[in-house]
Amino acid sequence: MTLLIEQLINGLQLGTMLFLMASGLTLIFGVMGLINLAHGSFYMVGAYATALVSATTGSFLVGLAAGIAVAAAVGALVELIVIRRLYHRPHLDQVLATFALILIFSEGTRWLFGSSPLWLNPPAALSGSVTLPGGLRYPIYRLVIIAVGIAVAVGMYLLISRTRLGMRIRAGESDREMIGALGVNIARLYTLVFAMGAALAGLAGAMVGALQSVQVGMGEPVLILAFVVIVIGGIGSIKGALYGAILVGVVDTLGRIFLPAFFRHFMSPSEAAGVGSAIAAMLIYVLMAVILAFKPKGLFAAHD
Amino acid sequence: MTKPVTRTLAPQPGLPTASWHDRKGLVQIGLLALLLLAPLAAYFLGHVYYVNLASRMTLVAMAAVGLNLAIGYGGMVSFGHAAYFGLGGYVAGISAYHAFDLTPVIGWPLAIPGSDSMLVIWLAAIVLCGLLALVIGAISLRTTGVYFIMITLAFAQMIYYFANSWPTYGGEDGLPIYLRNSLPWVDTGNALNFFLICFAGLVLSLALVSRIMKSRFGAALTMARLNDTRLATAGIAPYPIRLVAFVISAMITGLAGALYADLNGFVSPTMLSWHMSGELMVIVILGGVGRLYGPLAGAILFVLMETLLGGLTEYWKLFLGLVLLLVVLFAKYGVMGWLAGRERHE
Amino acid sequence: MSDAVLTLSNLNKRFGALQATCDVSLDLRAGEIHALIGPNGAGKSTLIGQIAGGLKPDSGSIVLAGQEITPLSVAQRARLGLGRSFQVSSLAEPLSVKRNVMIAVQALQGHSFRFWKPVHRDESLLMPAMEALERMALTHRADTPVSELSHGERRQVEVACALALKPRVLLLDEPMAGLGPEGSAHLTELLEALKHEVPILLIEHDMDAVFRLADRISVLVAGAVIAHGDGAEIRGNPQVREAYLGD
Repeated sequence: MTLLIEQLINGLQLGTMLFLMASGLTLIFGVMGLINLAHGSFYMVGAYATALVSATTGSFLVGLAAGIAVAAAVGALVELIVIRRLYHRPHLDQVLATFALILIFSEGTRWLFGSSPLWLNPPAALSGSVTLPGGLRYPIYRLVIIAVGIAVAVGMYLLISRTRLGMRIRAGESDREMIGALGVNIARLYTLVFAMGAALAGLAGAMVGALQSVQVGMGEPVLILAFVVIVIGGIGSIKGALYGAILVGVVDTLGRIFLPAFFRHFMSPSEAAGVGSAIAAMLIYVLMAVILAFKPKGLFAAHD
Repeated sequence: MTKPVTRTLAPQPGLPTASWHDRKGLVQIGLLALLLLAPLAAYFLGHVYYVNLASRMTLVAMAAVGLNLAIGYGGMVSFGHAAYFGLGGYVAGISAYHAFDLTPVIGWPLAIPGSDSMLVIWLAAIVLCGLLALVIGAISLRTTGVYFIMITLAFAQMIYYFANSWPTYGGEDGLPIYLRNSLPWVDTGNALNFFLICFAGLVLSLALVSRIMKSRFGAALTMARLNDTRLATAGIAPYPIRLVAFVISAMITGLAGALYADLNGFVSPTMLSWHMSGELMVIVILGGVGRLYGPLAGAILFVLMETLLGGLTEYWKLFLGLVLLLVVLFAKYGVMGWLAGRERHE
Repeated sequence: MSDAVLTLSNLNKRFGALQATCDVSLDLRAGEIHALIGPNGAGKSTLIGQIAGGLKPDSGSIVLAGQEITPLSVAQRARLGLGRSFQVSSLAEPLSVKRNVMIAVQALQGHSFRFWKPVHRDESLLMPAMEALERMALTHRADTPVSELSHGERRQVEVACALALKPRVLLLDEPMAGLGPEGSAHLTELLEALKHEVPILLIEHDMDAVFRLADRISVLVAGAVIAHGDGAEIRGNPQVREAYLGD
């Protein structure tokens, strides 16, 4: 029972991180109609900047702030130089250009910082564990990650439903000509939205970087999971991204733990571990296929 | 995709398109001749390395010819063709593994032995890739646009992670093919012989795609890409047309994958990775999307860059990224557009 | 009523709070042009969508030549003889006029899963396509890409595509829209000659053309048919006057 609860919380933690990635991706698609593969690169950039600044200053928080700022700045720069030429291009061009950006970012980072991973430790104050109701010991840092994810979700909800910027974003999602007619500077809005998405990805990268390691290519598995999330949730829908992220996070985490255990009832332990983990690795994709078979536009479709 | 239509040397209906008289025909024949003659020369000068390099170019080109049928001719932007390329590779690897081991591939309900015959492997690769594409395509083609791109990517990742965590065939370490698979009367271990097999495969795929695109099916597929409402209004449902094209596309890419594993004597999840899918797309785009010989031009350029730049710096993909970015942003028609003029649809 | 080729009975379609089609019943008989008119937003496009198959009605039925077609797809309806043209031209721009029409011929001849024989040498596709083009006076443009055609010529190609299907019924959605007076007169002549072979359900804004061509006219307002009759009856109908003048 405690194992189940622990894994549920782990799944939730993966889900909130996926939400940080997926919300940026889906926002960028919803507002600008752009598919951005380079989103994983901002995740990596955020993690690298955090690791480097933390190591120099000795403060995780300063590092984290730097990580978010650098990811946002790199995002804005990339938007200004490359991305804005792609808004009116076919999706194929967008995929290829942002694939090119991945190659440039990954190889560039490898060139600058080498192939070996950087280490990033969570702040000492958050390194212990707490006892949850029910007697479960759980790392504080992971709980903090969940809290940050929830805070971002609430913040995005407020931003989009309550602020002037949010109103423009909503207008941009429903009618691109309209916001131009209203006198909104579309170019600046787009740069801002793109930088915001990049900042969220950078935040996710920095927070996860302290759990795992900071290395080239770290953004790619997350990026693909985030794609699964927004396909399940409905591309362009922030609400869909939230539900999709939690669904994917929980299903993936539970599958990896419980499927091998499940197969142990039928076969030898080593076989069960192999079959179980292989099937667990496919689980979220099967989930996606099943959802799409019934709802080809995802659970909360907002756009084509 | 909207492309400005320009007047170029328009092939007259009734005449073969790849005629000797126009620039496009010359470029096409030139590319094939280059690909055939360079390794012949290299072989007789004793540089087997270059023969294998040409085989690599040929197979990558063939895989891209398959992908081009989906992307260029069918307008289906598949970001998951590595699944078929890798599956083809694993068919070659797994079959050879069991033939070497004298164990059955499947023991139940009916024992299927491994085989080291290329003919058996090719057939199995084509059939299995076709079936996989039928399932993936049937689900993915219910969607369009970005959804299609992401779903094909996700399905390919599913296969990738499966291969990665399935321990029987080496998991992430991959599976070696100790002895190159065989053909009757041909020494496949000889680099030139193997190159010629690959070259024949490429020429056949090009001929097949060319022929298909001139047929009624090709006309329907073209219309499905340009305007599927028009196709449906004419009474032809676009979905089955697209699905069949997707399956044929996967079969060609899968066959290339089987040969590719034999070329390297090795198959691993790398062949299934999304980088592979991306690189195949890059090759199609570098060459010129929707051009019959685009994948060939793209593959030659790609492998040359990989070899030349890769010899200079281990970060060569940084430069690949820059070149790709420039091509996408500023040179929409690819190498073939530059060499042979823009395509005129007829 | 017995010679009705296309019959709509009690069609209803609702989008949220908007009743876009409200209990519409009408028919199209052999040899006639039945015009459907109405102010903007009257629900003409929604109705067309339901007849052609892009939209499913909430209730009601559509019968084509004695066969219930309500559950069928766009492609299936086309195969049963429903030819249509679009309000916004819907052709494959880069392809030649001939190739656009040949697709319809190909559909008519059966399945498209033939992978080998080249179409450009296929007389059985080319001849009927050229025939349909000749009927629309477009033979001289057969090899021209659609992107180089004038607006009026595109309309004619659309009709030719529909004709190549050997349809039982033609559904023309504002074929005169955007044509100059000359083009409009030209198309009017072509349609007048055509109606004896294929009955036409004509959705049109150009009232001159409607009153000249239509044997019967139905007026759609706010999703419902408010009046029905020949030209003189419609002109004299006070409800129609109110709907148009009040618009």
